[in-house]
Amino acid sequence: MTPGETLRGGPRRWFYDPKIRALAAQILTVLAIALFAGWIVHNTVHNLTMRGITSGFGFLGNSAGFGILQTLIDYRETDSFARVFVIGLLNTLLVAALGIVFATVLGFLVGIGRLAENALIRGLSALYVETFRNIPPLLQIFFWYFAVLRAMPSPRQSHELLGAFFLNIRGLYVPRPIPAEGFVPALLALGIALAAALTLRHWARRRQERTGEPFPTGRVALLLLIALPLAARLIFGAPFTWELPQLQGFNFRGGWVLLPELVALTLALSLYTAAFIAETVRAGIQSVPHGQIEAAIALRLTPRQRLRLIVLPQAMRVIIPPLTSQYLNLTKNSSLGAAIGYPDLVGLFAGTVLNQTGQAIETIAMTMAVYLLISLTISLMMNWYNRRMALVER
Amino acid sequence: MPSSPSLRPPAVRIDALRWMRENLFSGPVNTALTLFALYLLWRFVPPVLDWLFFSATWQGSSRADCQPGGACWIFIGQRFGQFLYGFYPLEQRWRVDLTALSIVVLAAPLFFSRFPQRRRWAIGYFLLTPLLAWWLLYGAGILGLETVPTEQWGGLMLTLVIAAVGIAGALPLGILLALGRRSQLPAIRVVCITFIEFWRGVPLITVLFMSSVMLPLFLPEQMSIDKLVRALIAVILFEAAYLAEVVRGGLQAIPKGQYEAAHALGLSYWQSMGLVILPQALRLVIPGIVNTFIALFKDTSLVIIIGLADFFTAVHRATVDPEWLGFSTEGYVFAAFVYFLFCFGMSRYSIALEKRLARAQKR
Repeated sequence: MTPGETLRGGPRRWFYDPKIRALAAQILTVLAIALFAGWIVHNTVHNLTMRGITSGFGFLGNSAGFGILQTLIDYRETDSFARVFVIGLLNTLLVAALGIVFATVLGFLVGIGRLAENALIRGLSALYVETFRNIPPLLQIFFWYFAVLRAMPSPRQSHELLGAFFLNIRGLYVPRPIPAEGFVPALLALGIALAAALTLRHWARRRQERTGEPFPTGRVALLLLIALPLAARLIFGAPFTWELPQLQGFNFRGGWVLLPELVALTLALSLYTAAFIAETVRAGIQSVPHGQIEAAIALRLTPRQRLRLIVLPQAMRVIIPPLTSQYLNLTKNSSLGAAIGYPDLVGLFAGTVLNQTGQAIETIAMTMAVYLLISLTISLMMNWYNRRMALVER
Repeated sequence: MPSSPSLRPPAVRIDALRWMRENLFSGPVNTALTLFALYLLWRFVPPVLDWLFFSATWQGSSRADCQPGGACWIFIGQRFGQFLYGFYPLEQRWRVDLTALSIVVLAAPLFFSRFPQRRRWAIGYFLLTPLLAWWLLYGAGILGLETVPTEQWGGLMLTLVIAAVGIAGALPLGILLALGRRSQLPAIRVVCITFIEFWRGVPLITVLFMSSVMLPLFLPEQMSIDKLVRALIAVILFEAAYLAEVVRGGLQAIPKGQYEAAHALGLSYWQSMGLVILPQALRLVIPGIVNTFIALFKDTSLVIIIGLADFFTAVHRATVDPEWLGFSTEGYVFAAFVYFLFCFGMSRYSIALEKRLARAQKR
């Protein structure tokens, strides 16, 4: 029997050929999608002309004409919508960065706490994780914003900490560092200390490989990093002067003001994401086989060395990929700030600008593109990291 | 031969003091941690319990009955109907109750493995209950039930509707996408990967925005879609992408021999997927599906952004009502408790399921 013939001997019908079928299925799919897309584009163009909306990105150059609650760069009402876009993006990145720092610290603490010897700490950590990850993040944001921060007293009755931090209905006031004459020397000293520490580590590693003699790199590096800036401070004076917030009349002057929206959003996102990070960390540490720890004990490594040389490197390999996806989730969840009026990319650009200009398609497409770009960049980096970190087996 | 008196095993005494010595005070660091934890508990637990229960006001009918110093649960009691049903007409609320009751009662046989014809019952259940629920809730004038427009739906009922329709719509779509992503046909693979990565890359809130402002632009002028349906479309597309990745994990876990065996038996693509691969793959990822459903359940709270009055919105609106201003903590704590009950319950169920499946896999 030659190919192309069926068992009964007749020529095989062309539509039973798997190759033709595969091609047909793909062509049909692409055609269906193209038709659907064409239908949508047709409708959209029709609807836009009916409503008299000109599409395109020309509106970005127009003057915005509204004020913004929090701007990290200079902004006036006459500035363009393009600048508003940048401000929204910066605000999103600010809250994401703050949230990532706090969530990581808290998440690692709680995650390690879940594996602690101490039963009480273990229980409290489990309670934390179960509580915070089972409550919707939006509800947590609303709780901190409406029930806690909106219920704060007026500036005159502020909650005060150390005479430098003040919390009231207008937000959290913190001291502002102002660079003084010691700033540049301190920066230089820190740079030199860092370079010295890196060189030291390199040298210590080479020496240990050659002679097997260990060197207390960590302690010496820490000493360098503390001593050099301290010396710079003693010689050239303080690197910063602190501008304290001061009550003047009905409000505070000076210092940095963190808006209640920013505080509530950061707090809620950090607490929520920390619960997930804690689970990631726990799973990562538990993934290190117990034999590894026993082997380390057999080699007489100290508990610190055991953690630093055996457990952490293997645990981090498991922890880092899900940790990055938690960071991505936090960044995407920061868009919930729109619901309490935090001027992030979604609230400001896909909200206010959309309402002002009516350019729904353009604003939402730009907003989505930003998140997509962040997501795709991070997943590409993650793939690269995974390839680099993958266990090289024989 | 005289046997030597056998020694009894050393007595293992489980006493509280010893447990505490081993678990709480085994070293200086441990002791310090214990004391720190005890301090935290002593500092926070009594005031919280006092606020929640002991000093709280439970009985009364208005704001005037609230006692200072504790929570005022009268607020929750007064607004309970709205939290459950939203603005669903008062005299029609029995329809919501009946829907919930019939969904639960009709599902009961599915949880007994010895129920005869369980499979047929399941198929009938998943095909017919949505229709029954739609008829009972929406009415549409069929068989004398008057129409309740979706603008009047709200509260926990709307939350459950969004969650249920979301998962019911997202699961089939997610399975198709997962199959497409692992397809041999490049065009289909590219389409599915693009779709999945797009929805996974953007926040749900932008998807909801898109569905509420862009969807009307995409459709012919005379075609208008209900606000709830728009939100449902957004939720389904969004969650389908996440479910697709969960299902893909299951597909990848099936050994290649299973695919080859199905092929060798002469099964077509759809037969081998439907009869051999998917039943195994889906069973593997049930916990993942439940976890996605928990995320979806929490995500339903976002519909507040496009003005649907789900459970969370109902609670939030009640807290800003001038009549009950200043009781937002009670409102949010109650809402948090309800969400916690659902999510925690489902996550426990998922863990139990995972254990049972692991046992079944072991043989």
